Amino acid sequence: MEKGKGVMGSRKWAVEFTDNSSTPSTRDIPDPPGFTRVPHDQDDSTLSRQKKDAEANWKSQKAWEVAQAPFKNLMMMGFMMWMAGSTVHLFSIGITFSALWQPLSALQGVGKVFAPYKDSKVDLLAPKLLFIALNLGGMLLGVWKLNALGLLPTHASDWVSSLPPAREVEYSGGGIALH
Amino acid sequence: MAMAIKLSLILLLCLSSLLAPSFSLFEDQVGLMDWHQRYIGKVKHAVFHTQKAGRKRVLVSTEENVIASLDLRRGEIFWRHVLGPNDVVDKIDIALGKYVITLSSEGSILRAWNLPDGQMVWESFLSGSKYSKALLTVPSNLKVDLDSPIFVYSGGCLHAISSIDGEYLWKKDFAIESSVDVHQLILSGGSDVVHAVGVTDSSQFDTYEIDVKNGGLLKHTSASFPGGVYGEILPVSGDRFVVLDASRSVVLLITVNNGATHLQQTHVSDLIHGSSENTVILPSKLSGIFSLRTDSCIVFVKVTDEGKLNVMEKVDKTVVVSDALALSEGEQAFALVQQGDSKIELSVRLVHDMSSNHLKETVKMDHERGFVHKIFINNYVRTDRSHGFRALIVMEDHSLLLLQQGEIVWTRDDGLASVIDVTTSELPVEKIGVSVAKVEHSLFEWLKGHMLKLKGTLMLATPDEVAAIQQIRLQSSQKNKMTRDHNGFRKLLILLTRAGKLYALHTGNGRVVWSTLLQSLRTTSQQQCAGLKLRQWQVPHHHALDNNPSVLVVGRCGLSLTSPSALSIVDAYTGKELQNLGPAEHSTVQVITLPFRDSTEQQLHLLIDADKRAHLYPTTPEAASIFQRESENVYWYSVESEAGILRGYGVKKTHSSEYSFEARNLWSIVFPAESEKIIATVTRKPNEVVHTQAKVIADEDVMYKYISKNMVFVATVSPKASGPIGSATPDESVLVVYLIDTVTGRILHRMTHLGSQGPVHAVLSENWVVYHYFNLRAHRYEMSVIEIYDQSRAENKDVLKLIVGKHNLTTPVSSYSRPEVTTKSQSYFFTHSVKAISVSSTAKGITSKHLLIGTIGDQVLALDKRFVDPRRSLNPTQAEKEEGLLPLTDALPIIPQSYVTHAFKVEGLRGIETIPAKLESTSLVFAYGVDLFYTRIAPSKTYDSLTEDFNYALLLLTIVALVIAIFVTWVLSERKDLQDKWR
Repeated sequence: MEKGKGVMGSRKWAVEFTDNSSTPSTRDIPDPPGFTRVPHDQDDSTLSRQKKDAEANWKSQKAWEVAQAPFKNLMMMGFMMWMAGSTVHLFSIGITFSALWQPLSALQGVGKVFAPYKDSKVDLLAPKLLFIALNLGGMLLGVWKLNALGLLPTHASDWVSSLPPAREVEYSGGGIALH
Repeated sequence: MAMAIKLSLILLLCLSSLLAPSFSLFEDQVGLMDWHQRYIGKVKHAVFHTQKAGRKRVLVSTEENVIASLDLRRGEIFWRHVLGPNDVVDKIDIALGKYVITLSSEGSILRAWNLPDGQMVWESFLSGSKYSKALLTVPSNLKVDLDSPIFVYSGGCLHAISSIDGEYLWKKDFAIESSVDVHQLILSGGSDVVHAVGVTDSSQFDTYEIDVKNGGLLKHTSASFPGGVYGEILPVSGDRFVVLDASRSVVLLITVNNGATHLQQTHVSDLIHGSSENTVILPSKLSGIFSLRTDSCIVFVKVTDEGKLNVMEKVDKTVVVSDALALSEGEQAFALVQQGDSKIELSVRLVHDMSSNHLKETVKMDHERGFVHKIFINNYVRTDRSHGFRALIVMEDHSLLLLQQGEIVWTRDDGLASVIDVTTSELPVEKIGVSVAKVEHSLFEWLKGHMLKLKGTLMLATPDEVAAIQQIRLQSSQKNKMTRDHNGFRKLLILLTRAGKLYALHTGNGRVVWSTLLQSLRTTSQQQCAGLKLRQWQVPHHHALDNNPSVLVVGRCGLSLTSPSALSIVDAYTGKELQNLGPAEHSTVQVITLPFRDSTEQQLHLLIDADKRAHLYPTTPEAASIFQRESENVYWYSVESEAGILRGYGVKKTHSSEYSFEARNLWSIVFPAESEKIIATVTRKPNEVVHTQAKVIADEDVMYKYISKNMVFVATVSPKASGPIGSATPDESVLVVYLIDTVTGRILHRMTHLGSQGPVHAVLSENWVVYHYFNLRAHRYEMSVIEIYDQSRAENKDVLKLIVGKHNLTTPVSSYSRPEVTTKSQSYFFTHSVKAISVSSTAKGITSKHLLIGTIGDQVLALDKRFVDPRRSLNPTQAEKEEGLLPLTDALPIIPQSYVTHAFKVEGLRGIETIPAKLESTSLVFAYGVDLFYTRIAPSKTYDSLTEDFNYALLLLTIVALVIAIFVTWVLSERKDLQDKWR
């Protein structure tokens, strides 16, 4: 506002429509004819409340939309996983790891995703929970796929293979006499 | 972590299952990582062929049963034939100027080979009635009905055989009338009579005159001498012979004159004034002269026309005398070699003029070659029509040298044809601080080489450049460096030969880095020494990095098992004998490398003597204290294959001296002598590394391998079937195989193969044994596999318990805990008969294994272990297929591309040694016999490195191009952005 005044220093008068003060903006110049500086607090408040409600509605609607977005992702992931098959190769591993990584990165940025819809009147908890649940679902899908590919250490063999053979207490040598 | 391991394992599995079972190489890859050396062995006989213009050659027969034609100019092999191990060459000669005649197998096989190319022309089998010395006489100018007969005395019969086609002309059996033992066949020039000179019952001298046309006996004279004879009768002149009497103190001169035989005795002591022990008549045939060797000297004795013996000359006993060589004017020459310090003196004398040397030359000689053992001489006519001589000498280390005009024209290290044992040594670590100029030069060379290669890949190279590329690849200086390399491909192969010489060969190109004739193993006149075993003595790792690695050579001085042993320790980098521990007071029948080291990284060894006492080496207090601490857990066993007994021993608490220990017998297994005879025993290689104890089978299930180093595989056959194949009926022959724990003597597994017999060749590795035998019922060779699994650990299958570490898988195991075992086995037909079986070995034991089979054709075949998996079934399930299990077939496939020796043959193959490289995927293979062959194999392909012909230049170029592209696109995008902003 200060800046505007500075720029418009040569102007005689100016009307601030959003100015709710009852006094004219400039003392020496009267308000233009037809302009009544009547404070209409009542109307304004209802209007802004309506506006705010609409906005809140819109925000919560958007938030729900955002929260449901991973579902589409999930479906697509599922389809791609089905396409990838159950053998270990570059494609299936790539898909599986992206299926694991996407929900993870999404979960990390939960706050950021819902930040534009932050409002005192909007309850973001439910959409957030849905978002988290869906992402977790996505991750589960990834883990399931990983397991289906046989890459999870869920079998005894996975834990035993890295164990070195047991040391033998006794040592024995010999054989047929050298000749 | 576990996931990563699993991932890598699965990737590995996929990789290996994607591979074809073979790993052939391209034609231009031959010689890149393999080398092949051809040898012939210690020369026994040599015949020169230098008459005609053209290629001058020498024909030799050797102790490795090789007959070969060598280029006299360079010593290269024109052609060579390796006869079987039982086909010992007795005599060799040239007939008709175009055939090489060989008599072998105690005179029972006579063969003719075409002189220029070595093709066999004919072969005759001679049958005799009894064993006798084999004699061969090829008359040079005898014609009988347009044929030139060859006379062979063998098996108590005199055979005349046509030299043109090997047909029998006639046969005269001496054994019918008397038990004469013919010593010489003499053909006097021009006459049609063969003289056979021999001894009956070592007390009667017989001469037979036989008609060359029909074998009719013309005349037979005999004379008896009651004293008996020792050794051979030697002809001195046409009608005179000399022989020693049984006491070796009297020389008998025999004169045959008009049917009468006259004997004349002369005491050796009259000829040699002084000691005359161990007198022998040397077999050099010189006209009118014979030579006697005693312990002190050699004398040349001339037989005068009146029958008097005149001593002409006395020379040192180390002098080696050649056979007489007929010169043009009926004159004879022979050569003497006198051993000097780091030089030898060769003198040629004429028989008629013994007083002076016809020729005398001094030749410098590497003292690592030892003494001269044999000499063969040949003459040539110089431009001034005088005679020049060339001499072929065989040295103590079995090397062959040609001397001419006082120079060594060529040498052949033929000692390498008789390798006894092999070990390896790492090369020294590369010193840091290489000069800049060298780096720059090599960088430039490197770039140039890679640019050439790039051209080659892009098909832009000219034929010259292609040749240059091949040259670069073959003569890469990288592989021949004398320093350790990152991949562990460069090593020293240390070989102990039968001559008692130690050779170090570089794995890069097979060149001899050093060679040492071990003083402790040199055969002297008193005793015959031979090497037995070669072991790594000191392998510096951490504590003693300044020391060079060293090897222990165990030998024996004498022929019996109780002879004293000779020990020496040799520096592996220089070949210097660091320590000569012999002759030790004890004998050695077993060498056991203990798994303990002292503070200087010396490996502890136990040497077991014939009285079952154990001797500890090194003999230091530290080693003794280490051994005392561990002695409770040290055991050994002996296999007495003659008696059919296996015995196990432990160390007694009370010891006879600080470094020698008494044994206590713990167990014995006695095989019933009437039904079982031990024919083969095999143990695991002591340095084998096993990566895991678990075997993952289909559906992620686990089986625990029974991995014990104390396991021996023993194969027995019924005594009737211990002969060659076909000597027993299927009903009589039974093959029984055992897996025995050598600590407790417990028989882990026993299996009977009815109707099968040996020879058995086997290899034991990890928890499996593969063995090869003959199935008499199927008339085919078979290979069987036994895999042994530990049942006592099978319960360890709970994942949670494994995660928190509640399992007994890593707790030390004792054989006394008697773990329960189960086995799986399967048999397959195999086409080839086998000379040796080995298995690839890698640094960590992760890589899958290949069996290396030395076939009867002297090649090495690599067979994937997956083909001998007892879990193979006719219709594997999907899970089993994924695991890489192959469907069962009745025979093992032989894929021609999987011969690791590709186009080469390792003649007389005796052993295959595998050495792990530092690179896990790769195993070094060294096969030895008469020839040597070395290569690298990668059973699961080189999954852990780029191949040698990987094009770094192309990679570099691609990277540079990418960087440029990134830069250009970045500039372009910046410009576009700017334009967008101005819009």
